[in-house]
Amino acid sequence: MDKTYMTHEFDVVIIGAGGAGLRAAIEATKSDISVAVICKSMLGKAHTVMAEGGAASALSNKDPRDSWMTHFRDTMKGGKYLGDWRMAEIHAKESPDRIRELEQWGAIFDRTPSGLTNQRNFGGHTYPRLAHIGDATGLEIIRTLQERGIHTGMEVFMEYTVRHLFKTEGRISGCFAYNRVDGSLHLFKSKAIVLATGGITRCWSVCSGSWEYSGEGHALAYWVGAELGDMEFVQFHPTGMIWPPSVRGILVTEGVRGEGGMLTNSEGERFMFDYVPEMYRDEFADTEEEAMDWVNSIVADETPTARRPPELLTRDVVAKAINSEREAGRASEHGGAYLNISWRPEDQVKKKLPGMYHQFMELAAVDITKEPMEVGPTAHYVMGGVKVHPETQESTIPGLYAAGEAATGLHGANRLGGNSLSDLITFGRRAGMYAAKSAIEIEEFAEISHEEIEKVVEETLAPLLRKGGENPAKVVEDLRELMQQKVGIIRQGQQLEEALEELEAFREREESASPGGTRVYNPGWHQALEIGAMIDVSKMCALAALAREESRGGHTRLDFPVPDYSHWGKINSVIVKGSDGEMKLSHTRYPPIPDRLKEFLDAEDLHEDEEESNV
Amino acid sequence: MSDDVTFRVFRGEPDESGKPNGKMVDYTVEMDEGMVVLDVIHRIQAEHAPDLSCRWNCKAGKCGSCSAEVNGKPRLMCMTRMDEIMHETPEGQPILVKPMQTFPLTKDLVTDLEWAYQINQTIPPLSGPDEMNWEFDQIEADRVQEFRSCIECMLCVNTCHVMREHQLFGQFAGPRFFVRLANLEMHPMDEEDRIAMIKDDFGIGYCNITRCCTEVCPAGINITDNAIIPLKERVVTEYYDPVAIIAKKLGIRK
Repeated sequence: MDKTYMTHEFDVVIIGAGGAGLRAAIEATKSDISVAVICKSMLGKAHTVMAEGGAASALSNKDPRDSWMTHFRDTMKGGKYLGDWRMAEIHAKESPDRIRELEQWGAIFDRTPSGLTNQRNFGGHTYPRLAHIGDATGLEIIRTLQERGIHTGMEVFMEYTVRHLFKTEGRISGCFAYNRVDGSLHLFKSKAIVLATGGITRCWSVCSGSWEYSGEGHALAYWVGAELGDMEFVQFHPTGMIWPPSVRGILVTEGVRGEGGMLTNSEGERFMFDYVPEMYRDEFADTEEEAMDWVNSIVADETPTARRPPELLTRDVVAKAINSEREAGRASEHGGAYLNISWRPEDQVKKKLPGMYHQFMELAAVDITKEPMEVGPTAHYVMGGVKVHPETQESTIPGLYAAGEAATGLHGANRLGGNSLSDLITFGRRAGMYAAKSAIEIEEFAEISHEEIEKVVEETLAPLLRKGGENPAKVVEDLRELMQQKVGIIRQGQQLEEALEELEAFREREESASPGGTRVYNPGWHQALEIGAMIDVSKMCALAALAREESRGGHTRLDFPVPDYSHWGKINSVIVKGSDGEMKLSHTRYPPIPDRLKEFLDAEDLHEDEEESNV
Repeated sequence: MSDDVTFRVFRGEPDESGKPNGKMVDYTVEMDEGMVVLDVIHRIQAEHAPDLSCRWNCKAGKCGSCSAEVNGKPRLMCMTRMDEIMHETPEGQPILVKPMQTFPLTKDLVTDLEWAYQINQTIPPLSGPDEMNWEFDQIEADRVQEFRSCIECMLCVNTCHVMREHQLFGQFAGPRFFVRLANLEMHPMDEEDRIAMIKDDFGIGYCNITRCCTEVCPAGINITDNAIIPLKERVVTEYYDPVAIIAKKLGIRK
């Protein structure tokens, strides 16, 4: 088989063309350097396109009481205080300008009556904060960045998959990719690389992610020796479609609840009133009447004085509540909960949630303007990722940057809805800017080890040389089922240990999987190559989850059902590949929150009196 | 509902001259309730043909990757329910799945869309005021937001006879890009003028408003009436309307 490869040289290589990658590319091209964007799908199709509800930023257009301080506070609180406070501060301060700038580049967000960018309510945000266009905000953001990006001089390598990152004398020096269309091989020499590769949720059988979410970015960083953090924290979005089976997991935007959608169980009860956590009790309505008052204000476009309905609690809380209702035998017909927006006039539902209307009409034959939807939790987002410097987004490997879902820090143990799109544009910009700065300081492209290149070439072509093995699709299906059963929304020590053992057994199956066919656009071959990354990121999640003996945000242990404030509530997990090749887990903590920021937080949430002396 | 279904799928690659070279292959798989065409394709990959090429991403009609011709009709495979397909297919007949016919074939159900990215590059982008915090009303946004809902599935271009039969790729922008041009021309803050390009470079005159593009648009954009005809009117006013031309000469009109 032909092992030749083409060599390219780019000052900065950006891997991924979703919101973070494109925003990084736009920023990096402002310097006089060469920039390549490498992406697995065609331009404009990346996972960002699936985001629905909106991008959170304290523009204060809709409610003048909002400010970056409140956004900072909501983000830290929603993340159960395990987030990087400096990232949360930067995000809260910079995201408004990032949104305004998108409008100058062509985004057309919905307007307020005075003609400014409108903002929608979402879970965990004290004030209406999400800039949106109906329920297709992700499409708007990716299209805007695409249309801006193509005029910046960036070079796009579409339908390429990166297989390996190279280091030379400790610094990142390039990456190796193959072209999914014709099967050709490519070496990219570069002075800095930005990972904007999104998430890992394809590792679960019920997920809202596309095939792209196989975690290759996380794995690439791990393989090259970077530290990854918080990998136990996986967000199960409370509202995915559950029926019919073929659509299980497809996202139902939180915007439905932001627009007044109500959750009920099989007995018709609005069960969320029973699940308000202590830390949020003051901020949420006690009664259906009060919740209705709030909704009526929203519908009338007035600033509400009532407290919010409990459907707008953070995603971790709502997902677990739906799960508990099912355990208690009060599930909807197909094992979830009912979500009802049909009490609002038909034209309003169609205007505010056009995508949801079509999605349910066409895929489930349900008219959401007339009847309730059926929804249940779906693996949606990983809070964990590459550990980065909060200002520069540089990882622990010099020259390697990460932004968006591929990075960790901003969201702590649980991400607030709407904070992802704003994360992408805020930290995508920073990653692009600092990657360009560091690339400029380097004169020559570094030499890359031939031996290492040969090894990647061998590994990349290996599946095509096998005969008679398993269909890679079967291996992937079984791995996803394992993660769903044993590392899902509710976890237990015993099952996590089993998962770790069973994941290792997948390596043998990976090595024998045979797709058949040629190098030309061969999905079986592509899938065979993803299995290794999926095993490693799944293992990271299970390993970190086994260690964390408490429940917090996107990590719930049946055997340790409550949060532990004295120890686990103050430390973050770190995973790195040891010198022996084994996966190593340790724990660390962010620097103490400075007083200038602490004053915006709820003092009683911090549990400072419950400090362990020996952490 | 757990019946078997047979798909007759195009398998092949272009020959040296670029013409599709392949055959229709039958695959039979079990069908579950609520499946869409893309689910059946995935099941064929998982059970019979791992190397069957097909693009997809969101599986919810938001990304526009899985365009194909099913029973001869251009549609998104992820949004086409099998019960609808079974209903329209004569009993005992296989379901035909082919790639979009207007674009060059890559392999199986995948086509080469390079043209779309090239033409997009030639469209002058939005150019508005430098000050941030733009103000405009929802009613102004509404007109443009319809165009913003385009998912670039290219089904409209695939269907347009200017492209499909006459292959005027170099002379005609195609419905997708008239939607984009209309988006820019009708943007409340845009200051650029693209009318000359729309007439000369993008060949809007070739469109004879048969509305085929509008019929196949999965986003429901009224391409012909809301994008193409208004652009044609602007071209006519600018170049062919004697009153407007005189008004311009006299300085009454820009």
